[in-house]
This record gives sequence, C-alpha cells and structure tokens, in this order.
Amino acid sequence: MTTGAAQPISVTLRVWRQAGPGEPGRFVDYPAKDLNPNMSFLEMLDVVNDGLTLKGEEPIAFAHDCREGICGTCSLVIDGKPHGPGHGVASCQTYLRSFRDGEVIVVEPFRARPFPVVKDLVTDRSAFDRIQQAGGFITVRTGSAPEANAAPVPKGDADLAMDAAQCIGCGACVAACKNASAMLFVAAKVSHLGLLPQGQAERDRRVLAMVETMDGLGFGGCVNQYECSAACPKLISHDFIARLNRDYRQAAFRAAFKPATNAGSEGA
Amino acid sequence: MARLEAKIPPGPLEDKWRRHKADIRLVNPANKRKYQVIVVGAGLAGASAASSLAELGYKVKCFVFHDSPRRAHSIAAQGGINAAKNYQNDGDSVHRLFYDTIKGGDYRSREANVHRLAEVSADIIDQCVAQGVPFAREYGGLLANRSFGGAQVSRTFYARGQTGQQLLLGAYSALLRQAAAGGVELFTQSEMLDLVVVDGHAKGIVVRNLVTGEISSHAGDAVVLATGGYGNVFNLTTYARGSNATAIWRAYKRGACFANPCYTQIHPTCIPVTGDYQSKLTLMSESLRNDGRIWVPKRAEDCRKAPGAIPEGDRDYFLERIYPSFGNLCPRDVASRAAKRMCDEGRGVGETGLSVYLDFADAIRRLGESGVRERYGNLFDIYHEITAENAYRTPMRIYPAVHYTMGGLWVDYNLMSNIPGLFVLGEANFADQGANRLGASALMQGLADGYFVIPYTIGDYLATQKPGSRPPADGPDFRQAEDSVRSLTSRLLGVKGREPVDHFHKRLGRLMWSHCGMARTRAGLEEALREIPALREEFWANVNVPGSGGSLNQSLERAGRVADFLELGELMCRDALAREESCGGHFREEYQYPDGECKRDDANFAHVAAWEYRGDGQAPLRNTEPLQYEFVKMSVRNYK
Repeated sequence: MTTGAAQPISVTLRVWRQAGPGEPGRFVDYPAKDLNPNMSFLEMLDVVNDGLTLKGEEPIAFAHDCREGICGTCSLVIDGKPHGPGHGVASCQTYLRSFRDGEVIVVEPFRARPFPVVKDLVTDRSAFDRIQQAGGFITVRTGSAPEANAAPVPKGDADLAMDAAQCIGCGACVAACKNASAMLFVAAKVSHLGLLPQGQAERDRRVLAMVETMDGLGFGGCVNQYECSAACPKLISHDFIARLNRDYRQAAFRAAFKPATNAGSEGA
Repeated sequence: MARLEAKIPPGPLEDKWRRHKADIRLVNPANKRKYQVIVVGAGLAGASAASSLAELGYKVKCFVFHDSPRRAHSIAAQGGINAAKNYQNDGDSVHRLFYDTIKGGDYRSREANVHRLAEVSADIIDQCVAQGVPFAREYGGLLANRSFGGAQVSRTFYARGQTGQQLLLGAYSALLRQAAAGGVELFTQSEMLDLVVVDGHAKGIVVRNLVTGEISSHAGDAVVLATGGYGNVFNLTTYARGSNATAIWRAYKRGACFANPCYTQIHPTCIPVTGDYQSKLTLMSESLRNDGRIWVPKRAEDCRKAPGAIPEGDRDYFLERIYPSFGNLCPRDVASRAAKRMCDEGRGVGETGLSVYLDFADAIRRLGESGVRERYGNLFDIYHEITAENAYRTPMRIYPAVHYTMGGLWVDYNLMSNIPGLFVLGEANFADQGANRLGASALMQGLADGYFVIPYTIGDYLATQKPGSRPPADGPDFRQAEDSVRSLTSRLLGVKGREPVDHFHKRLGRLMWSHCGMARTRAGLEEALREIPALREEFWANVNVPGSGGSLNQSLERAGRVADFLELGELMCRDALAREESCGGHFREEYQYPDGECKRDDANFAHVAAWEYRGDGQAPLRNTEPLQYEFVKMSVRNYK
C-alpha cells in the first residue's frame, strides 16, 4: 500500500438531517476523528453512525449498496457537488485522501423536486423507473429472439451504444442541474437503444414517450450548461443530449404528419 | 425427514430437457391470468422470471428491497457470460460447456441440470442481444468473445467490464415493460421477512415496507425466490452491503431444505484488505487473467522490494509453473488456494504479506497500453480509485475474497424446493454449480433459470392447483407469520444493548473467514461451532438497534439480516464439518493430495447434503440426495 502509512485525518461533517418527507431539515455538525485516509467516504459515515448509535442518537440515513460504483444507489452531495470532488466516480468511490485534515465537509442529499427526501440523505428516485417504464426497452418476447449474429452491428455503433448504456441511474445529473433536468439520463437510454438496429422499430415511440413522461414528472428543461456530464460518475457525454434532441424532433415531426403509423404499435 | 426427489427425467442426457418440456403439464392461456405468482428479488434471475412469467399471462407481483429493481447486485458482475455458441470455431459445443462446468464444480452438481444450462446458454445470448444488450463486437459487427477460467475455448460474451450491469438492465427493461403493461405489480423497498406455508404449500409472503415500516401479507399460487447468495455471512466480501440471506433463511425455517451451505466461492483476484474499518472488498474481474500474469518473488527476502526491482529470473509465475496447461486461467478455487499457499510460505507481497502480483507488463508490451485500456480500462480505473496506484505502471496486488455461494435452497429439476409451490432461482438455489463455480457461469445460470426454465416448470406445479384456490392474505397462517415478524422486530428494537449491529457482523465474519474460509479443519470448525452460538447469544443480549420500526430504519434492517447470518454461519460450519472430504471451494486440510490439491471421497460424499430445520435449539437434520453420474466419469480434476 503506497498510501497505507499515511497520517490519520480528522474532519467535521456538516450533515443534512431530516426526519421524513416534508419535514423541516437542518444541518448538524459531527466530528469524525483520526481516520485512515484510505477509508471510503461511506465507511467514514459507518464509523460516525456506530458512534451515534452508542450515544443513543439516531444514525444518519444514507443510501448505499454495492460500494463499487455500479449500482447507482449512493447519492450524496459533498461540498456542493453530487458524488463529491472526484471526477467520474460515485459517492462510494470517494476516499478520505481527497480531503484535508481539519476540513469541514458539507453533506446533503440530491436536491431536486422530482427526488423528494425520504430521510436525511436518502431520496426517492422512483421517477427514473417511471421514465424508463414509459419506453426505455425493446419489445422482445422471451424465446422469440433471432440468432444473435443475424444482424451485425458496426463496432463503432456498438461502442457508442455501450458508452450511453453505462448509465447507473443514480440521478447525479439531475442533482447537478439548476433546472433539475433529466435530459442526460433520458438521452443515455434513448441513444443506447436508438444506436442499435434492434432498437429501430420503437425508436420514435420511445423518445416521445420518455420525454413526455420526464416532463410530466416535473424535471426541468436543458439549457446546455453540461453540469450533468461533469457530475456523471460514468462521464456520459452531453453529446447524447444533442442526439436526443434530434431524435425527438424527427419523431415529433413524423408523428405530426403520419400519426397512423404509430397506431397499433403497442408492445406488450 | 424431508422428501428429496430430484425428478431428473429419464433418457439420454441430451434429450432430457427437450422431452421433459414436452411431457410436463401446461396451463391454458385463459387460466394463466387466474394465477398470482410472487417473485422475490429482481436481479438477473428474478427480473427475467417475473417478466417472462408475465409475458405468458400470469399475474406477477415482484418484491425488491432496493429502491429500484435496477440496483440488484447482479449489476456488479464484471467479466462475462458463457454460452456454447462456438462463434470462435475453437471446438466449443454444448457438451464441452456441460463438461467444463461439471468438472469445474468438482463433480458435485447434477448432470441433468448442468446439461440443461449448457443447452439454453445460446438462447440467452440471442435473447439479450434482441433486448439491446451492447455486447462487445468485432470490426465486422459480429459478437466478440474472451476466455475465462476452467475452459480452453473462448466462449465468454462481455460488455466491457460491466457485463452484469448490461444484462441486468436488459432484464430490468423487460420487467418494466411488463410493469407498464400491467402484467407485473412492482413493490420496491419491500423486504420479504417470512414465507407463508398453507397446508404444506408455499402460498404467500410477509413483507416489511422499509420506508413506512408497514408489515403486509401477499398471497400467491406459487412463490419464486430469486434473492441471491448468502456470502455476506463473511461480512467482508465482494457482495453489496445489502445482499442478505433473510428470504432463503426464513424459508428454511419454514421447512425448505438448505443444500450444501458450506460451498462458498473465494475469488482469487480481489483488492486486498487494508484495515478493520473496511466495509467491503472489490473484485478485479477474472477476465484480467486472460492477459495478466500472477506471480510472487521466488525468495521471501525479496517480498519487500518494489516489484520492478525484482528481475524476471527471481519471479515465480506460480500458476503457470504448477498448472502449465491452464496457467493463469485455472479455476477460481485452484487459483485462490495456490495464492494462499504462496502467502503461507512467506512469499506474499504488500504491507500485510497477504497479496500476490497480477502483472500486465507483458500484455502492455504485446498490445500496447491502449490495447490493454480498451479491454480492461474501467477495471484499471477502479483499482486506481481504491488503491491510488497505477496498474499500467506497477503490477496490481490481489488476494482472494468471498465472492459467491454455490450452496442454497434445495430444488428439484423443476427448480421447486421440497415445499411444493416454492421455487428458487439463481444463486439462491444450489443446483448447477456443484462445489465450485466457473467464471461467467453465474450470469448464465441466473438468466437460464429465469428466462428458460421457470416459464416451463412453474406450469407443471400450477396445473395441479385449482385456479382461484389460493388462500386469502388475511387467513390464519398469514396472521401467524405477520405476528412472528412483528415480534422479531420488537425483540430486536428492545434489546437496547451496548454494541452496534456491525460489531457483531464483523466478529462473525472474522470467525467464518478463519474457520470456514479457504481452508477448513475439524478443530477449527469445532471451535467455530462453539463460538458462533456464544456470539449469537451476545448479540441478543447486547445489540443496540436505535429508532423505531415505524419508519426507515437501516439499523433495524441490518439487525434482522445479521441475526439470520448468525444462525446460517453455524449451519455452514456444521455442513463443512460433516463433509469429510475436499471438493471445489470446500477445502478440508485433512483431505488433500501431497501437492495440496483437493482429495474427494466419492465413495462416501458423492451426494448433496440438504439440511432440514427442526426448531431453534435443535440440531438440524442432514438429508442426502445421491448424485448419480450416468454420463460423465467422476475423476480427479486435473488442470496441469
């Protein structure tokens, strides 16, 4: 361990505490002392929580699961930045070596109206499932798929689709946007499926339905400041937003002039 | 004594599944919508099952403890999924995938199950590609493959180092499509805390809503558990923090047999432990062993030197030396034990001496740094985030860690447990992986069970249940189960002791790792069997679970899961003690060949051990199901 012998550090955590949805919240300071800088940020919260438990106080609720940056559960705003100071990492991949001894670190939940606070640092991000449910899929009945190599996909398209498909659905893009726009999330799914030949049949229906649902859930509009891709733990490019806009315009145009083509295309 | 009828269909191995599908009972389309199926879990197995059953017309309720089904831990699988497509023209076939998997499992799985798995493997790839899973492709646009441990062909399909994520998102999209269409009713943040058995049949579950604390009952004509593995009994593992055994453990306490609990997989390539604050270990995909070379210094006195200062001639590429034909791609259990032997000999590297090098210098010379980055870039990034080391410049350091459990609830060929109506899929069951799982076979099994097995086999059971005959969710058995859940919750909250839940989980994990980990002995297991009950007693006397049961309470959730681990850990040790042989991931030091390889005892232990619960404080009963090998000869595994 090159950093194994590093000096322990002590910080003060200024944490958002909120008992439940709609309840008033406030910041509370907690000291976190003599920590190994190789500790992850969430492991520090574990230690603080064990301390609170022993003092008879209620531990800080925070969402987490895989702790390796892929499940998309963790969702902290650290010093004003969704997922903290690191570039291209989730909260769980933030390590104390990114902080200085004696620092005050402000920890908040993702803040966006479509993501109401459940408790402390935990938010309800089920709105993303509802957007996905509106059209983020290819209709294929189990067992009816053609042979996998029947339709070649150019490597460049497959790679680009994979770049988009990496989205972990954490919602940092929404938390980073001053309008709480979900455009990067929607763009990633629309692009992933729209780049592949398998996704063409439902391409128009998908983009129209997902955008409509996104708007209906109260996510804001995109003003092209790209805070979203800067905060994205998978560094998904805002170029996909341009792709989404183009797909949406084309689909809306086609729908306006050929409404009959969309009829009866319900998949189930 | 539980009745364990494996219900393996007769006939030649290649025909069993085809003939079975043609022979089993069907449910007509109009009747399917009269059946309510409960699916617990929405990882690869659960999501694929729920969506496929809903497509068939069954009414499905799907329960997950996560806030979204997309968070299930299948998402973290990195390397790939095996399928016998033979796209590489390198001699692969259904038979070869079957044989590799049987041999990889050290001849402790069922022939018929494994053959079925190999048969449907190709259909899985077709299904996933049609869903839009962006598998790696070659320049011509066709699918690419790579190699994984325990095989001499390239049959692993992958999506960079995020194959599990992409497969899960495919299954998740199918699940949500059915949710939108009304076929699946989705219950997120709902943890199953009990199984309801009515007249001997599984007819429902009791769940706790993790946000509101509400306890509710749900009745179904069949219950499908796809809740994953129980490796977190070891605390420090590659599992997600929330992964737990509660659903299968509570089903066990309602009568489902728990098979081969001691079969746990220790994955050789994980980032080593650094300190006792640590909450989890991170896997470095087995795919890295395609191009990385594993070594330690030949001399113990070199172990403290920088790796670059150790000349080629002073390095011991021990897997290549001991297993020349499989080299760095020998199976996980074999590679893990070899790494442990090197460290035990004092040749481990790093500050703790508990790690070995995984070196990419040769690969970088051969492929260039960009070539290595293309294949493994995200894994190198993960390694860098955790260790602050650049693995393009200096070798990675790795050590084995708990990664998967081959044991699980006992199921027959139809994936039904010994409780009629209770089906168990994926890692939660025991059936296909034997005593050791090969890389890229977990994703294959999860999806095989969900997409291609349960849609057929559940009908065979439901056809025996009259439509509309399921009991109401407020019947006496449901009320009794709810009461027992409520009383457990208040008991946990009522202890108000002096130690947090994690304290007990860490101690249990250390006990399990020392005595029931990579190497096991009679004395060690007997000690664990004394210490675990004592620890459990201490837990119930001294745990501190703050807050109430009426709202989001993460300490309470963990407490319930750890309480179950404290019981399950004991069963694992009991099973490991009773199995007086070494096989796959179960290595008893007393039973080994002079070169340190596993020494099986086929005369006495060629069977499944299925444990039956007989009440708290009573020793469980060890039932056995003999493993009949009709087509493959059990032999000593040889990767040399």
